[in-house]
Amino acid sequence: MNTALSWIKAYVPDLEVTAQEYTDAMTLTGTKVEGYERLDKNLEKIVVGQIEKIERHPDADKLVVCQVNIGHKVIQIVTGAPNVQEGQKVPVVLDGGKVAGGHDGGPLPEEGILIKKGKLRGVESDGMMCSIEELGSSRDMYPKAPEEGIYIFPEDTPIGADAVEVLGLHDVVFEYEITSNRVDCYSVVGIAREAAATFDKPFVPPVIKATGNTEDIHDYLKVSVEDTDLCPRYCARMVKNIKLAPSPEWMQRRLAASGIRPINNIVDITNYVMEEYGQPMHAYDFELIAGHEIVVKRAKEGDTFQTLDGQERKLDGDVLMIHDGEREVGIAGIMGGENSKITDDVKTMVFEAACFDGTNIRLSAKRIGLRTEASGKFEKGLDPENAETAINRACQLIEELGAGEVVGGILDVYPQKKDQRRIPFDPEKINQLLGTQIGEAEMLGYFKKLDLGFDEAAREVLVPSFRQDLERLADIAEEVARFFGYDNIPTTLPSGEATMGGLSYKLQVEQTARETAQCCGFSQSMTYSFESPKAFDKLRIPVESDLRKAVEILNPLGEDFSIMRTVPLNGMLTSLATNYSRRNKEVRLYELANVYLPKSLPLTELPDERMQFVLGAYGNMDFFVMKGVVEEFFDKAGMKRKVHYDPQAGKEYLHPGRQANIVYEGQVVGYLGEIHPDVADNYKIGEKTYVAVLDMPSVQRFTTFERKYEGIAKYPTMSRDISMVVPKNILVGQIEDVIVQRSGKILESCQLFDIYEGAQILSGYKSVAYSITFRAKDHTLEDKEVNAVMEKILHGLRQMGIELRA
Amino acid sequence: MREKLEKIKEEALRQIEGSEALERLNEIRVAYLGKKGELTSVLKSMKDVAPEDRPKVGQMVNDARAVIEAKLEESKNSLARRIREEQLKAEVIDVTLPAKRNSVGHSHPNAIALDEVERIFIGMGYEVVEGPEIEYDEYNFTKLNIPPNHPAKDEQDTFYINKEIVLRTQTSPVQARTMEKGKLPIRMISPGRVFRSDEVDATHSPSFHQVEGLVIDKNITFADLKGTLAEFARELFGEETKVKFRPHHFPFTEPSAEMDVSCFKCGGKGCRFCKGTGWIEILGCGMVHPHVFEMCGIDPDKYTGFAFGMGLERIALLKYEIDDMRLLYENDIRLLRQF
Repeated sequence: MNTALSWIKAYVPDLEVTAQEYTDAMTLTGTKVEGYERLDKNLEKIVVGQIEKIERHPDADKLVVCQVNIGHKVIQIVTGAPNVQEGQKVPVVLDGGKVAGGHDGGPLPEEGILIKKGKLRGVESDGMMCSIEELGSSRDMYPKAPEEGIYIFPEDTPIGADAVEVLGLHDVVFEYEITSNRVDCYSVVGIAREAAATFDKPFVPPVIKATGNTEDIHDYLKVSVEDTDLCPRYCARMVKNIKLAPSPEWMQRRLAASGIRPINNIVDITNYVMEEYGQPMHAYDFELIAGHEIVVKRAKEGDTFQTLDGQERKLDGDVLMIHDGEREVGIAGIMGGENSKITDDVKTMVFEAACFDGTNIRLSAKRIGLRTEASGKFEKGLDPENAETAINRACQLIEELGAGEVVGGILDVYPQKKDQRRIPFDPEKINQLLGTQIGEAEMLGYFKKLDLGFDEAAREVLVPSFRQDLERLADIAEEVARFFGYDNIPTTLPSGEATMGGLSYKLQVEQTARETAQCCGFSQSMTYSFESPKAFDKLRIPVESDLRKAVEILNPLGEDFSIMRTVPLNGMLTSLATNYSRRNKEVRLYELANVYLPKSLPLTELPDERMQFVLGAYGNMDFFVMKGVVEEFFDKAGMKRKVHYDPQAGKEYLHPGRQANIVYEGQVVGYLGEIHPDVADNYKIGEKTYVAVLDMPSVQRFTTFERKYEGIAKYPTMSRDISMVVPKNILVGQIEDVIVQRSGKILESCQLFDIYEGAQILSGYKSVAYSITFRAKDHTLEDKEVNAVMEKILHGLRQMGIELRA
Repeated sequence: MREKLEKIKEEALRQIEGSEALERLNEIRVAYLGKKGELTSVLKSMKDVAPEDRPKVGQMVNDARAVIEAKLEESKNSLARRIREEQLKAEVIDVTLPAKRNSVGHSHPNAIALDEVERIFIGMGYEVVEGPEIEYDEYNFTKLNIPPNHPAKDEQDTFYINKEIVLRTQTSPVQARTMEKGKLPIRMISPGRVFRSDEVDATHSPSFHQVEGLVIDKNITFADLKGTLAEFARELFGEETKVKFRPHHFPFTEPSAEMDVSCFKCGGKGCRFCKGTGWIEILGCGMVHPHVFEMCGIDPDKYTGFAFGMGLERIALLKYEIDDMRLLYENDIRLLRQF
């Protein structure tokens, strides 16, 4: 909402503040000023001058030389403007003065344009006469300004006066951010009331006088409201003998400053009242109202209606319509109809000021796809009392401006006036809530400034109808706080029972994952939770896979953000691809992010959100380095048991021969592998890429941060090296399982130190060599013991078809 | 005999003096003091000495031996020192050659900002609580005093899954869930992902992160809210940080406020970060609306509380001077490595 300070001052006459003071103070009492614009910015030394004489320029056909009376003297100005005539009064910038812009009306330069005296084609020129564009405005705001050339003042303008003052440009336009609860502040009167309270000055709202001739509107028109649920109040008044004309300059200036283009007296009055009281009004041509009857009721499902912008609109049974005796003539609160549009020939008008249900208007406007200035106001939920005030104010302006003859009386359908709301006044509770010690009288003083009443006997605050946001004690506590000043409320820390802060266990495990990943050179990435269903194709996920059963967003920002991910790899691979395309070498990323697995589709309960620890890397990376990172994490998370890897992971997006499920204590807790070359191609990553994905809820079952010192071994170790010929299809993991199972407690470690296929080895076999180390906790091992264990191991290996190498 | 011993001694000392290597010193030791050395052979020839002179000669031999040994030791030490010095000289390196770094990974700027926020509030006794990202409309809106058809549901541009289920637009539903559990007092923060239907640009993203906080106890006041958040701002942005509370409106708090902090780039003088105002808007807050208490089963006559919420990306962008929000979701390693 934009409003000129001069308009506010009209209702707070004692207000004397700078723009910055106003901005700061209003913001601190809750009427946030977003910014302001001085209309006289860069307008300096500009006076009203009268052109006394015009002569041709001796050396230039397109220039003339003017003698201009600026009050105390006459100066010479050379101009090329086409519209100057002797006797005209014009704005004149004197030597050393400034104008806001060029005559072409382009963007205004920040510092304005300095005007100096000088010679134009050899003739002295002491200043410049200005166009409305040079004064930083436009013909939209000053419709009387000529299309091209110098702005001409009315004849009675005093010579030598401040031209900026005469134009009403010594003003500041403030832009407000009004919060949705303060419907009353979407109006000049509402803001002025806040300003008066903020600066502790008297609030002098417009005095609305009785209007109308001796006739009675009831003799002309009938109004009925059938759907009172959607229209709590409907007021109508009539104006005869309309005389369309431009509105007066003061009205044009105020509208222009609010960003509204002046049109004619009638349109301007309705716009003016909409700004002033926040109440939209609509006008009908009385002659076009069939049966001279207005009926407010819902549209019929499937109706179409042509709005006054010429568009056909589809209606449904929840749209409220204004009907006349025969047909629909307007969509209530949104836009009038083409069939009852006001034309320049209008003689008699019906004005409507109503209160429509805000939610219904908002939803209707949305469904129809037509949001107007009026619907924007109605949807906030207007005060029904305001309708009558506003329509009477409009009629008063019509009379004052001589725009027509107001017919006496008002048609007012207002079946159920709301009771005044009362809030028990409990100053102690207010102070308790705020942590203050504000006196009762001080609180009542704030209420009074805000036009809130007080019933002393009942000790209740009486809420005026325009403050529907005030419902209970907390609301009036805010009114107290606002005017006591948020700044003046003390700062304390909560007392009371101490609480234990901290991270949940889940978050601690995630923290460990982060630390480990980073120690291993992986940097943290973050990607969106929603993605395109095309990601499934890019990842080669089979059509029948359950992973394709994703939660879908009803109203996504487009297909690319339309489903909630079930696999966490698309984001990771996209990030790696971004890095690859930018020629970043050796990139290692990790992400902790949820996948969303629906329990059933369509969703009837919340999906299973599972945190995934995703590692991804290309460059200087292989399967086993990735595996090392996984085990490093397990180690940090207290998972000390042997991790198993099952090559039958069945992930279509991974290399068929380079993938494994990660198995801990018999449970699959994740998987790792090399990205399938087809998938790498789909993401345009030209290097071997490795990923590991850990399902954190599965992992978390095995993690622990309990630690216990197990002592440092005192007794020496004994080692045995074995070199084996192994059938190729046997995995070293299987060999290790045998070694672990058969060694019992004395196994300290088994270390693979050689693996070899090729010459000297029978085809279909490989050579594998292990160094096995034993140690007992409580004694020095003897050969005998170790030999016995080795025998068991070798026996086990032989059963798998493994032979010792000769 | 005396002359002979003197001669041996002098010859030995002369040879020691001229030695350039430890091996040579050893040879000298063997040659004079060894089993077959010259001094030893003098001792061996004692049998030729008159018995009464033997102690005297023995003494002389021992003296000579001591002198030679001392000299040997001295030379050995100085020679060793010289060799060590030469070694050190030879081992001089160019310390400006490049470091061999372990490649350690980096935290995402969002996560760093969150870590800091969490650290501060955990220190004040707050628990970090999480909740679902896909959430019931009821928790995301209704229980937070945003009834069906409330315009705030439009303003927040909600992504819907169906009529009852949405992508949460705020982390406040976690607060509603925690309140419902009824374990009081509450001091919690709930960080996490939230979603709003904003097109991607330099300052908007359809998915971003929030941290919201909630304190509920007996006698919690607006003054406590101010004190807590002022303390938080000083911890996060520096000891000198000032705060300003402006009235605002949120459906789930009353009274409500927005908190500005004095610009941490210019200290409040006005710069391009604070658009010349000296202040930066950082979070929304207020006293928990009594109706929210009622809906979550807490007696508003017994308990009061405050709540606050902030956007993590906003803090990260401001604090680290990142000029485009999109950079946070690209994961270009060259950005991440700067954190």
